[in-house]
Amino acid sequence: MSLFEILRSAMRGVTANKLRSVLTLLGVTIGVGSVILLLAVGNGSAQTVQNAITSLGTNTLTVRANQAGGGGGAGGGGAAATTTASTSVRTITTKVSDQLAASGLGHVKEVVPQASTSLTVSSTSVSSTGISIIGTTAGYFDVSTAKVASGSAFTTADVTTSAKVAVIGSELATTLFPTSSALGQSISVAGTPFSVVGVLATQSSSGFTDPNTVVIAPITRIQKSYTGYGAVSSLTVEATSSDAVTAAQGEVTVMLNQLLGVTDIANEPFTVTNQSTLLATAAASATSFTVLLGAVAAISLLVGGIGVTNVMLVTVTERTREIGIRKALGATRGAILGQFLAEAATLTLLGGVLGVIGAVIGSQWQINGTQPVILGYSIPLALGVSVAIGVFFGVYPAARAASMRPIQALRAI
Amino acid sequence: MSTGTDTLSAGNAPAASSEALVLRLHEINQVYGVGEAAVHALRGIDLEVAAGDYVAIMGPSGSGKSTLMNLLGCLDVASSGTYELAGNDVRTLTEKELARVRNREIGFVFQSFNLVPRMSALANVELPLVYGGIRSAERRRLALEALDMVGLADRADHQPQELSGGQQQRVAIARALVTSPTLVLADEPTGNLDSESTEEILSILDSLASAGRTIVIITHEANVAERAHRVLTIRDGLIVSDALGAGHPGFTGQRAAANLADAE
Ligand SMILES: Nc1ncnc2c1ncn2[C@@H]1O[C@H](COP(=O)(O)OP(=O)(O)OP(=O)(O)O)[C@@H](O)[C@H]1O
Ligand SMILES: [Mg+2]
Repeated sequence: MSLFEILRSAMRGVTANKLRSVLTLLGVTIGVGSVILLLAVGNGSAQTVQNAITSLGTNTLTVRANQAGGGGGAGGGGAAATTTASTSVRTITTKVSDQLAASGLGHVKEVVPQASTSLTVSSTSVSSTGISIIGTTAGYFDVSTAKVASGSAFTTADVTTSAKVAVIGSELATTLFPTSSALGQSISVAGTPFSVVGVLATQSSSGFTDPNTVVIAPITRIQKSYTGYGAVSSLTVEATSSDAVTAAQGEVTVMLNQLLGVTDIANEPFTVTNQSTLLATAAASATSFTVLLGAVAAISLLVGGIGVTNVMLVTVTERTREIGIRKALGATRGAILGQFLAEAATLTLLGGVLGVIGAVIGSQWQINGTQPVILGYSIPLALGVSVAIGVFFGVYPAARAASMRPIQALRAI
Repeated sequence: MSTGTDTLSAGNAPAASSEALVLRLHEINQVYGVGEAAVHALRGIDLEVAAGDYVAIMGPSGSGKSTLMNLLGCLDVASSGTYELAGNDVRTLTEKELARVRNREIGFVFQSFNLVPRMSALANVELPLVYGGIRSAERRRLALEALDMVGLADRADHQPQELSGGQQQRVAIARALVTSPTLVLADEPTGNLDSESTEEILSILDSLASAGRTIVIITHEANVAERAHRVLTIRDGLIVSDALGAGHPGFTGQRAAANLADAE
């Protein structure tokens, strides 16, 4: 009997009993579809978490001076001076930042200092108090999530010349200039006029300060006008890659200790924090979520498999008799096995493919706020398992019946 | 009626020459179950059937007729004894060779029709040809021919459940004959049928017999056995009489009666 004949008689078997075929198909479709979709939901939520953390910058380190004595947080020149005076250790200044950047650390790409304060900002008509002012270099727009949406960022030349230019948050822009574009307008920061050269893209608020209401200006200008030339609030260090973050952290710590003349390493005057540790924790919890969903999916695959098994076994009596008839008419064992194998494979593969299609379509929509992302391996896994179950329970009873004498199969009740 | 003369000599089995024999059974025993529960369905059957013979097997219920028939059709294997089909001991045949024998040499008609459900009459009749490796167009032609022979060409696309009992049995006969087997075995083919359907089936068998096919048929009905050339009677797993049938050209009532009397 040729392969074509086997496939043809398999198709005849599939279409001969439509209810049985549909039930089998449905079991496989649901099993396969739910496995793929549930794993996709788990994977999607893991990626959402990961993306959120990545947007914070996975390859950046933050260096903050430890609070010594009573110096206020985003301290002015006074606080920095106090710190310098109260310890024999030097504080982190723009000079230290430049030295760190120039020291040629292998895993460090860029060092960006920030001097922060909080002041009143006003346009001719509106005034806002308690606005975060960040003095920094042009590199800030590379290493942070702040991106200029309209206009442009200030340049290194602006930093050199202490230009009175500013990039402001989108929300602040609409507050100060509700009727017109903020670009090119003049704002007053605690009495000093700045020209707005850029407006930031709106960002999701993830820290203590609202990134949509900040004023970002050249660090030289901020220090000159407000914070003084002493300590900076923090340094953002960009590593060469996300894999190099830990190495960069070590290098920066050693180099800073050297630059600042720290002798007591246990008592460093700064803290270096690293986003990748946070990422690792979040990734671990996302993985356990995926595993949980995977377990639920595996159960649904099992239930689908049991459904298929059931349908296959229930019809085995009828099929055993049929096998008896076929053997009496001269079918070899191989021909019978071929037919039942092709039948079971056709049914389960068709059901499986429908399940995959269903899952792919289903993953186009958000499920409970999560955009599912299909895991590549889940498709062959789900298909493989369900086809294996279907084929085994479709073929095994047939194999038993096919090795009987025809009369035994014919007499089967 | 050249076959008739052959059958006359073959009718009294031992005289038959071995080349003309389609089947030969020697000391066949069939035991079902073991120990206390063992049922001796056949206890030493010796039988020879020559080519072109038309044999009816009669006997009370439970005497072992179907058991014997299943052995003849290679659907079952005897507990002991030898069964030679066309000179070959079936025990020495492989599974593949047995399948071939069932496919080519034997056409089996079951009492309970045994059509494959949800398959059209045509597809059922085509089935042995499928396993025989006949190409699809040829298969269709042969199957339609066989259906036409049993007068069911117009029902080719009907499924078994849409046919009457007599029609189903005629489909089963068409299926048994479609491969032109040398041996046609029918286990109570008319057992479930009314007299009219019985008559149709018997006339088909008659025409097969006159065309030279070897036929073995089990029946309870005397009018069915009447058509045969040779009538065997089985009781408790033994052949108790072997007589010329009324269908045989050399039949005389006295000889048959005498044979029967001998057996009792
Ligand atoms: N598979 C089996 N297992 C056990 N005993 C069996 C089996 N098949 C038949 N028998 C027994 O063997 C004996 C002969 O059975 P068989 O079917 O050959 O009778 P039969 O002559 O065809 O009867 P009937 O005219 O009723 O069809 C019976 O006693 C029956 O119970
Ligand atoms: Mg019987």
